[in-house]
Amino acid sequence: MTGRLGGTRSRWLSALLARAVQTRGAGFGLVVVAVVLLVALGADLVTPYHPNQPQQVGVLSAPTLAHVLGTDQLGRDVLSRIIYGTRTSVQAGVVSVGFALITGVFLGLLAGYYGSWIDDVLMLLVDALWSFPTLVLALAIAASLGPGLTNAMLAIGIVFTPVFARLVRGQTLSVRERDFVVAARALGARPGRIMLLHIWPNVTAPIIVQTSLLVASAIVVEAALSFLGLGTEPPTSSWGSMLKVGYQYMQQAPWLSFAPGAAIFVTVLALNLLGDGLRRALDPRLLSQGKS
Amino acid sequence: MREYLLRRLVYFVPLLFLVTMVTFSVALLLPGDPALAYIGEANMRDKTMYDAMRKELGLDRPIPVQYAKWLGRVLRGDFGRSIRTREPALEGLMARFPVTLHLTAMAMMVALLVAVPVGVLSAVRPNSKADKVGTVLAMSGVAIPDFWLGIMLIYVFSVWFKVLPPSGYVPVSQGLWPSFLSMLLPAIALGMALSAVVMRQLRSSLIEVLQQEYVMVARAKGLAERLVVGRHALKNALIPVVTVIGLQTGRLFGGAVVVETIFALPGLGRLAADSIFFRDFPMLQGVVLILALAVVLANVLTDLLYAFLDPRIRYR
Repeated sequence: MTGRLGGTRSRWLSALLARAVQTRGAGFGLVVVAVVLLVALGADLVTPYHPNQPQQVGVLSAPTLAHVLGTDQLGRDVLSRIIYGTRTSVQAGVVSVGFALITGVFLGLLAGYYGSWIDDVLMLLVDALWSFPTLVLALAIAASLGPGLTNAMLAIGIVFTPVFARLVRGQTLSVRERDFVVAARALGARPGRIMLLHIWPNVTAPIIVQTSLLVASAIVVEAALSFLGLGTEPPTSSWGSMLKVGYQYMQQAPWLSFAPGAAIFVTVLALNLLGDGLRRALDPRLLSQGKS
Repeated sequence: MREYLLRRLVYFVPLLFLVTMVTFSVALLLPGDPALAYIGEANMRDKTMYDAMRKELGLDRPIPVQYAKWLGRVLRGDFGRSIRTREPALEGLMARFPVTLHLTAMAMMVALLVAVPVGVLSAVRPNSKADKVGTVLAMSGVAIPDFWLGIMLIYVFSVWFKVLPPSGYVPVSQGLWPSFLSMLLPAIALGMALSAVVMRQLRSSLIEVLQQEYVMVARAKGLAERLVVGRHALKNALIPVVTVIGLQTGRLFGGAVVVETIFALPGLGRLAADSIFFRDFPMLQGVVLILALAVVLANVLTDLLYAFLDPRIRYR
């Protein structure tokens, strides 16, 4: 039964992705996201130089054929560091949003399913977290935990939890009144089983869209934290810390700040375009026009 | 309306209470000992002085008592003394708040000046070349990190063309024009993302409004398109835009942290970043609390403005 459901689910996901990339923008988004993922996974294979090793050409060297994006203040190849930075950004985006997804979905399901005082207390907590400007709270939490990528990811995950909690709660409130949930309850299914097997699969659609958009935001927040010195620590390369160096050497070596910023911009743009495509594909008005 | 207002206000009491708890906890968890920071490195071996400072700061009491005392002081407007400057934290916060307010207000103006004309043009001629350019602008505006845009703007307008100052703040009291010039680049860097969000929202809501019957009636009675859009459709299409702007306040205040750091503006955002690096607990608590209160207030005002602008809304 689970296998059949799993197969149906993966077919549904493939169909959703196929519908989402029908527009040029979303297609571009998917291709760029795929390239970014491949670069992150195979960074060791595609980097021309070691990202932390100074090159013979010297420090702050302008772009040449051998070093197409030049070298930084320690003589390291900028392109190689950008490629390794992809890994950091992807890791930050996926892990922090994964954390927010798990905690947010858990809180949202609890609040939406049980309602009453559990809902009131959890949503008050979520609203309190949501009252802080995203970057200010992420900065304060990251500072409390100490610098480093793991702590930055945890801080971003905590800050983004309210988004999923609110979204899942809203969806759960409507799904819990539907006949199949009422029937499961009448058959004596336990709340945990109802939430996981009956409600969760029916609230995933908007979460897919939100995940894509939040991964983009998480990449930007991680870059901002690294820019402010609270994210990735040296010598690990990250787009945010590279931008920080670029900012310090703006007059002598403007190329240092251009490339990492452009990398963030293109990745975030691609994720947003893909998210937009997914949203359109999940719109019931468009769904009814499709073959499914 | 009155009942709704009361309900919202009642809800905000526990919300604000939780906000203060989060603020207190975050500063409490910061690594480092506040008592040591106050007495300074020179006196760090003086046990008597250290114990006296711990007692003075209330650090020898249980955490719930420390929180209650801190909250009591904050309610009286006493945020403690800055570890770094030794001045009362409230004075430092009040000196920085106008800069951040100036920056965010100007960023909002920049955002609206870009978003309203482009959004209207896109909505009036959907799928035209202008609409496509608008869509590309909006997608790029959302994706471009404000701190990178800030660096690029400094490079182009300050380093390259040398037409605008790269950093520093000129208060309005020292001249409107120099003040405007000092804030222009930071406001563009901070406002671009907001303009993109407003542009997209305005486009979709105006397209929806333009298909409604009362707009058709306005057109049928021979009203010029300019008046149909300007006088009838735009007013209603702006209602959801107000909500979007209100909800983006937090994003603007968050963005101010990096933008103020890049442009060396003495605002609350930069103060937050500086307080973290100098382990200035009282100042950090003050900044985080003030920014959170500003976001809560902006959300309440947005709610009320939404109810006021749209008479169809009935809050029960």
